[in-house]
Amino acid sequence: MVVKKGNFNRRDFIKHSGMLAGGVVLVSLLNPFKLVFATKKPEGNGKWYGIGIDIEKCIGCGSCARACKIENDVPNEPFFFRNWVEQYTIMNDGQIKVSSPNGGIDGFKQPVPDEAIYKTFFVPKMCNHCAKSPCTQVCPVGASFESPEGLALVDQSYCIGCGYCVQACPYGCRYIDPKKGVVDKCTLCYHRLEKGLNPACMMACPTGARIYGDLNDKESGLSIFIKENNCAVLKPQLNTGSKLFYNALSQEVH
Amino acid sequence: MPLQVKRLLLAFAVFIGIMLVLKYFLTPDSWREYGAYRGKALTEISGKEAKYVEMETCAECHDTIAELKTQGLHVSVQCEICHGPGYKHADDPDINDLEIPRERQFCLRCHTKNMASPQAVIKQIDAVEHNEGEECITCHNPHQPWL
Amino acid sequence: MNKMESLYEALANLDGFIYPNEIALNWDLLIVMYPYITGLVAGAFILASLNRVFDIKALKPTYDISLLTALAFMLVATMPLITHLGQPLRFYEMLITPHLTSAMAIFGFVYLWYLMVVLLLEIWFDYRYDMVIWSQQKKGFMKFFYKALTLWISDTSPESRKTDEKFGYFITVIGIPSAFLLHGYVGFIFGSIKANPWWSTVMMPVIFLFSAMVSGIALVMFIYMAINYLRKKKTDIFCLDTIAKYLFYILILDFTLESLDQIHRIYEADESFDILKILVRGKLFFTFFIMQIGIGTLIPITTLGFLQFRKPREKIRKILYLIISIFVLVGIFFMRWNVVIGGQLFSKSFYGFTSYKVNLIGGTDVSLSLLWFIVPFFILAFLIWLLPPWKKFVEKTN
Repeated sequence: MVVKKGNFNRRDFIKHSGMLAGGVVLVSLLNPFKLVFATKKPEGNGKWYGIGIDIEKCIGCGSCARACKIENDVPNEPFFFRNWVEQYTIMNDGQIKVSSPNGGIDGFKQPVPDEAIYKTFFVPKMCNHCAKSPCTQVCPVGASFESPEGLALVDQSYCIGCGYCVQACPYGCRYIDPKKGVVDKCTLCYHRLEKGLNPACMMACPTGARIYGDLNDKESGLSIFIKENNCAVLKPQLNTGSKLFYNALSQEVH
Repeated sequence: MPLQVKRLLLAFAVFIGIMLVLKYFLTPDSWREYGAYRGKALTEISGKEAKYVEMETCAECHDTIAELKTQGLHVSVQCEICHGPGYKHADDPDINDLEIPRERQFCLRCHTKNMASPQAVIKQIDAVEHNEGEECITCHNPHQPWL
Repeated sequence: MNKMESLYEALANLDGFIYPNEIALNWDLLIVMYPYITGLVAGAFILASLNRVFDIKALKPTYDISLLTALAFMLVATMPLITHLGQPLRFYEMLITPHLTSAMAIFGFVYLWYLMVVLLLEIWFDYRYDMVIWSQQKKGFMKFFYKALTLWISDTSPESRKTDEKFGYFITVIGIPSAFLLHGYVGFIFGSIKANPWWSTVMMPVIFLFSAMVSGIALVMFIYMAINYLRKKKTDIFCLDTIAKYLFYILILDFTLESLDQIHRIYEADESFDILKILVRGKLFFTFFIMQIGIGTLIPITTLGFLQFRKPREKIRKILYLIISIFVLVGIFFMRWNVVIGGQLFSKSFYGFTSYKVNLIGGTDVSLSLLWFIVPFFILAFLIWLLPPWKKFVEKTN
């Protein structure tokens, strides 16, 4: 009962591996497997939401962050934010200081005297509701998804709390709710949009620095904002299809 | 086919069969309605109660103050930014859980001088030089602030 | 210290600026444990396949031990993940409604494939004949148990043994790319996250795979020596020398690949380089330079390299092998630590760092991680009792 292996070991192995590899290539040609999860824009008159933030109008009051926490029952501790405001202070010697004390909810102080400051501004941050969002791509169970209107939402009764999406978001917009054990994030106040109200942060901003609208409608406030200003998105090199357009975004902002 | 292989195929068929049955029963009903997620989630998320009611609703009853506000510089400031969410009060006016902030620190959150804050957009004061210790509302009507 | 308190402490220890949500390190020690355990599985299996497919006869004494070790750790491999979930009871959703663009979802099936089709089948074909004999020898519940394990086949003819050999060999051949897939996939789960420059590299699956092979081989070496010590049997020194030789070769490959990754990163010095340089030299100094590179790589490579040329007395060699295998196991653990924890210590804004303190006393992440590392040894003891490699009948010709 001798199984003749002899010289056939490596040949067999190469043969079998080749078959396996060939099979994989063939299958992938027949059924190209969709790597980049990009939601298709809705045809016809479906809305395709985007956001615009004007840095030249932000006064750093933190009303947006505060209103969001109240509206959406976000835990009060300074570790969980659906949106927040950052203060950038670039000093004359080139140092860049960034701060976001309690997300900006209590306002800001400059860390250095005015004479040492070269340039300083506030940057509100929130979920970018990316069109090719890496966060929805990596969710293993489909609890993070893009709604037909282009909003990245979380199905909290289905989320398993693995945290993969939190790692995949390049903008730091997601967190794991300590009580529910699932992921929470900005929904662009989806529950308010359905009732004809504005998102809490947009409503709360006293200077009109935050707007949102339908990117499909070229006459909407947002479309005109993007047309008339030099807008940029955060981390464009990552090709996330971010729909949060900043006016006057400085290159120090990451 | 050798007996081992037959038995193994049977065992695997049983296993895969159980997996398929479980998949049929455990997949949520509205799965794949719009995409690779539970369609019902959209209704669940949008069904949440809204807490801020926005100015038009406040103005339905508080029309005098609303009128006064439109003539002042705080025209773009929503009532609820200072007074808190009004959904309970708007539903039942007898419930009055809204805040009436009077402290100096409250106004300073927006109006304290900060080089990052655009002067063209908001008036700012130096908290130490400008009447330190006084409540802002002593001189400024919050609904029509500019003297 | 509960979770909130540790977060407040991390807030006090903030270095620079981080996005506010980044204070909490979500993938903690349990997620370090998970690639470590799956790596041990893949590595132990590769050692077994070196014997079965590549016909390295010197490794014969460790063939069955490698397989049983791989199975023992494989059974526990998903437990760190499941216990880490925010909603552990919903874990089945990954198998019922997998989101196919997610590497983590695909991993559920890769895991099932490897467990059922590769590991269980190979062990089954390897032990089938012996299990039939044992079922005939034993009485009562054990008789029923062995019968069930053989799927109620009682064929002990030479033809059936030939079939076992043939299919077992075929499964091992499929098992090699499957082992690559199993652990390469874990590397891909990290390597495909473009948001994190410490993780996002093409080399990640390859590095994970080779470090897995290193850790698995070291584990089998350690277990082989431990089992012989407990059974008071003589260790086959030629087998140990061969294992050490392959450990040496693969360690060199692993070190080369990791060095290539770092050299490339240092040379290109893209936008993330400045913060990563501070990360490696600062927060990761001990775990990276001392533990992973020093203890886990350089000391084993020099020692094993020396042993290829000068072989001291058997007794000394055994002690050296014991120490080296432990060093390698520890070093690879810290490699996982540097990847997982290191990747979360710096902010994606590239402006600062958060901190992570392992709660040595009373922290759930530590106690669970230790649990999932120790349980496989008990499972292995059970498997060795159930399927003792040295009680097998008729020396199978290779």
